[in-house]
Amino acid sequence: MRKFLLHYLLPRIAQYLTVIFIGITVTFIIPRLSPTDPVEAQVSMILSSGSAVDPEAIEHMRQALTEMYGLSGSPLEQYIAFWGRLLRGDLGPSLSTFPTPVTRLIGQALPWTLGLMLTAVILSWIIGNVLGALASYYPKSKLIYAIDLMSQAVRPIPYYVVALVLLVVFAYLIPIFPFSGAYPVGTRPSLTPSFVLIYLKHSALPALTLILVGFGGWFIGMKSLTSNIISEDYVVYAETTGIKERKILTQYVMRNAMLPQITGLGLSLGTVFSGALIMEVVFQYPGMGMLTLQAIFRNDYSLIMGIAIYSIIGVATSVFLMDLIYPLFDPRVRYQ
Amino acid sequence: MAILSVRDLRAYYRTEAYGISRTVHAVDGVSFDLHPDEIYGVAGESSCGKSTLIKVISGNVKPPLKAYSGSVEYDNGLQKVDMLTISPEEMRRNIRWKEISYVMQGSMSVLNPVRKIIKTFEDIVESHRGIQDKKVFREQVEAHINRLGLPTDVLNAYPHQLSGGMRQRVAIALATMFQPRLIIADEPTTALDVVVQRGVLQMLKEIQAESKNTVLLVTHDMAVHANVADRVMIMYAGRIVEEAPTKTIFKSPLHPYTKHLISSLPMIGVRTTKTSLRGSPPNLANPPSGCRFHPRCPLAMEVCRTEIPEMVDVESRHRVACHLVKGGAL
Amino acid sequence: MTILRIIRDLLKYDSRFRLAFIFLSTILIMMLLSLVSPYNPNKTFVVAMDTPPSLEHPFGTSSRGQDIFWWMTFAVRNSFLLGMVTAALSRVIAIIVGLIAGYEGGWLDKVLMAINDSFVVMPLLPILILLGFLLRGKMNFFTLGLILGVFGWPWDARLIRSQVLSLKERAFTRTAVYSGTHPFWITIHEHLPFVLPIVFATTINNMLWSIGMEVTLSVLGLSDVSTPTIGTALFWANQHGALVAGVWWWIAAPTLIAIILFLGLYLLFSSINEYIDPRTRLRLIGG
Repeated sequence: MRKFLLHYLLPRIAQYLTVIFIGITVTFIIPRLSPTDPVEAQVSMILSSGSAVDPEAIEHMRQALTEMYGLSGSPLEQYIAFWGRLLRGDLGPSLSTFPTPVTRLIGQALPWTLGLMLTAVILSWIIGNVLGALASYYPKSKLIYAIDLMSQAVRPIPYYVVALVLLVVFAYLIPIFPFSGAYPVGTRPSLTPSFVLIYLKHSALPALTLILVGFGGWFIGMKSLTSNIISEDYVVYAETTGIKERKILTQYVMRNAMLPQITGLGLSLGTVFSGALIMEVVFQYPGMGMLTLQAIFRNDYSLIMGIAIYSIIGVATSVFLMDLIYPLFDPRVRYQ
Repeated sequence: MAILSVRDLRAYYRTEAYGISRTVHAVDGVSFDLHPDEIYGVAGESSCGKSTLIKVISGNVKPPLKAYSGSVEYDNGLQKVDMLTISPEEMRRNIRWKEISYVMQGSMSVLNPVRKIIKTFEDIVESHRGIQDKKVFREQVEAHINRLGLPTDVLNAYPHQLSGGMRQRVAIALATMFQPRLIIADEPTTALDVVVQRGVLQMLKEIQAESKNTVLLVTHDMAVHANVADRVMIMYAGRIVEEAPTKTIFKSPLHPYTKHLISSLPMIGVRTTKTSLRGSPPNLANPPSGCRFHPRCPLAMEVCRTEIPEMVDVESRHRVACHLVKGGAL
Repeated sequence: MTILRIIRDLLKYDSRFRLAFIFLSTILIMMLLSLVSPYNPNKTFVVAMDTPPSLEHPFGTSSRGQDIFWWMTFAVRNSFLLGMVTAALSRVIAIIVGLIAGYEGGWLDKVLMAINDSFVVMPLLPILILLGFLLRGKMNFFTLGLILGVFGWPWDARLIRSQVLSLKERAFTRTAVYSGTHPFWITIHEHLPFVLPIVFATTINNMLWSIGMEVTLSVLGLSDVSTPTIGTALFWANQHGALVAGVWWWIAAPTLIAIILFLGLYLLFSSINEYIDPRTRLRLIGG
C-alpha cells in the first residue's frame, strides 16, 4: 500500500498540480506579454461608443479596470494576487454583462457542455474499443473493414469541418434534425419528458460530431493494441488450453488492450474539450463554446480569461480522476 | 504403439512485404514417434526449429507459419486424429487440455496479468467441462494443487505477485488438471535459477511417474535432458540429426553436432578446454545445401556439401543422419 | 536514389499511399495555379456576385465578388505554408526537448517531461483563443504559425524521447560511450539518423493539427482574416450567411478542399508510419 502511494499516487498528484500550475501561469503571462493593454482597449471601446464622458470619470474607470484586471503592483505582486483571487474562486465580473460574475456565466454554460461531452466521450470510447478489438480479432470481416475505412476517413478531419458537413447534410439537405441550439427558442429547460425528447433531438448532431471524430482514434488504437496483444504469451497460451473464444476475446484480449486506452482517454480529454467548444459554435449549442464566441464578439476579456482558467482546471481534474480510477482495472498497479 | 507420430513434416514461415518474399524452412522433413509412458527430450540450439515443431504439434499454426507437407497423427488408443486437418473447434473441444496439454516457453508471461490464478483454472474448466457448483470446483482445484505441493493462497493471487518458480508450478498444475495423455513442456526451466529449476523438474518427473503419461520435453539444456529424459532427439537447422535413448546419446553419440553438444557440458574433474563451433547457426531462409551442418562441421567431406544425409538406424532405437556413419567411418 | 525507390514501392504496394498521392497532387497543382491566378485575392468585387459553379467559375463566385476557385488556390497555399511554419518550429523544439530528456535522463528528464505532459493534457484551444483575442488585429498568418509552433511540440517530444531511450540501450551507443565520445556527438551522429524518419512522420501529423487549428481560430475571427486560408474562406462565408442565403458553394468549396488536404496528409502519414515501423511491417507480413 505504501508502495502504491509512493510510486503511483504521489507522482500523479504532483503531475496534477504541475498541469494546473503551468496552465494558470501561462494564462497569467499571456496578457502581460501581449502588445494590447486590456485596460486601454476597454477604455477606448467605451469611449468609441459615443457617450461623452468627462476626463475625471475616465481616469476613475481606468483605475477601477486596472484594479480589476489585477494589473497594479509589480509582476510578482500581481501573480500572487492572481492566485489569491483564484483560490477564493473569484474570477471577477463579466464586462459585457456587468456585474454578473464570470463564474455564474460559466456555471450556466458548463452543464450543457459537460453533459454532451461526457455522453459522447464514453460512447465513442466504448464503440471504438469494441469494434477495434473485433476488427483485429476477426480481420476478414467485410463489415468491420468498411467501418475501418470510414473511421480512417473521418479521423483526420477537424471538428469544425465534420460538424459543418453533418449540419449541412442532416439539417439542411435532409432536414431530420434541428438546425441549432439545445432547445427551441421560447421553451424553458425542464425535466419533463417532452423537453427531454426535444433536448435529445437537438443534441443528436452535436453528439454525433464528437462521436464520429473521437471514435476513429479509439478504433485505430484498439486495433493496433489488440493485434499486439493477440500474440502475447497469455493469449496464445489461453488458446492452447482450449478456453472458449469469446472468453479469450473479452477477458484476455480486450481486458488487457483496454488498459492503455484508459490512460489515452485521460490524455485526450483536453483535445476533445477543444473540439466540443468549436462544435458548439457550429450548432449554436448553449455551452462553453457559445459562451466563448459571445465573449469574443463582445470583447469580454475577463470572461475569456475565466473560460481559459476553468477549462484548464476542469480538464486537469478529469485527467486526475481518470488516474484515480485506473488502478481499479490494473491489479499490477493496485498491489505493487 | 505410438501415441503421436510425426512423418516427414515440413512447416515453413512464408512472408511477403513490399514485393519481397521470404520463406523460412523452420521444420524440414522431420519424423519421429512418441510412446506412452516416456519422457522424450528434444534438444538443439535456439532457432533450430524446435519451437516451430511444438507449434505444429500443439495446433498453434497461424500465418505466416504453415505446414506444407507430412502428417502429425495423434492416437489415444480409441481414435486416431490427424492434427493437421482437424477443425479448430473440434481440436478445442476434444484434444486441447483433455488429451494434450502444454507448459509453455516463458511461462512467466503465460498467465493473464489482470486475472487471479483461480480465474484461469475456472476459465479452462468452464470451457471444457462446465462448472455446476463453484464451491465444489474450488475444492477440487485446491485438492489438485495441494497434491502438487502448492499452497492454496496462490489461487487468490495475481500472476505478478508470484515468484517465477511459483508461476511455473502453477503452469504445470494447470497442465495436469485433466490428466492429459501428452504434456508438451517447452523450455519449462529456462528462465529459472538453478535451485528452482531442480524443483520444477522434480515436479514434472513425479507427475509423469505417477500418471504414466507422455512428456515431450523441449530444451536447449543438455543437462536437463541427461537428468530427466528417457529418449533424446537432437535437431539442427530444421532437421533431426540423431535420436537415441538418453544413456546411448550421452555415452556414444555419433553425429558430430551431438558430440559437440555433449562435450560442451561441464563435467566434474575434466579439465579440457571447451571448443566452440566455428560459424553461426544457419539462416533458415537460405539453408546450406546437402547436410545443413557441413559449414560448421570439423569432419565435413565433399559429399556433405551436395547430398542430404539419410537417416540410418545404427541400433534398434538409435538413428542418425550423417554421411560418416553411412560410410562406416564412425 | 532510395527515396525514389521507396516512393515507387509504396505506390505499388500500398493503396493508401496511392490515394494520398492523388489527393496531395491535386493540392499541389492548386497551390501552383495560384502563381498564374488571373485575380488578386485581396481585391473584392472583381467578378459578378453569388453565381453558382460554372465553366467560367468552377467553384462559383462569392458574395464579395470573388472567384472562389482562384481564391482557394491562394487559401490552400497559405494554409499549407502555415502548417510548414508550425511544423518547422515545433520540430526544432520537439527534437531538442526529446533528445535532451532522453539522453540526459535524471531530474532534467523528469522536469522536461512534467512540463511536456502538462501541455499534452491541457486544453490548448481556450489558451489559443485567449492569445488570439489579445492579438486581434495584430495577428498575421506568420505569427499564428509561430504561436502554434510553440504549442505544438509535446506529443512528438515524448515520442522522440522514447526512441532515444530505446536507442540508448543498443550496443553501438555503449560502444561510443566506452570509447569516450562526447554525449552530444553520440546524440547528433548516432541517434539523429534513427530519429529523423519519425520526425518526418510526425511533421505531417503536426501540419494536420496546425491547419485544423487555423480553421478553428479563423472561424472564430481570431486570425488575420484578410489573408486567404481555408479557415478564412469559411469565416467570410459565415459572415455573409452563405448557407442561409443559399450560396452553398461558398461553404462547399473550402470544405471539400479541406477534406482532400486532410485526408491526403493523414493517409500519407499512416502509410509512411507503417513503412518505417518494423513492428507494423511485421504485422503486415503476418496478416
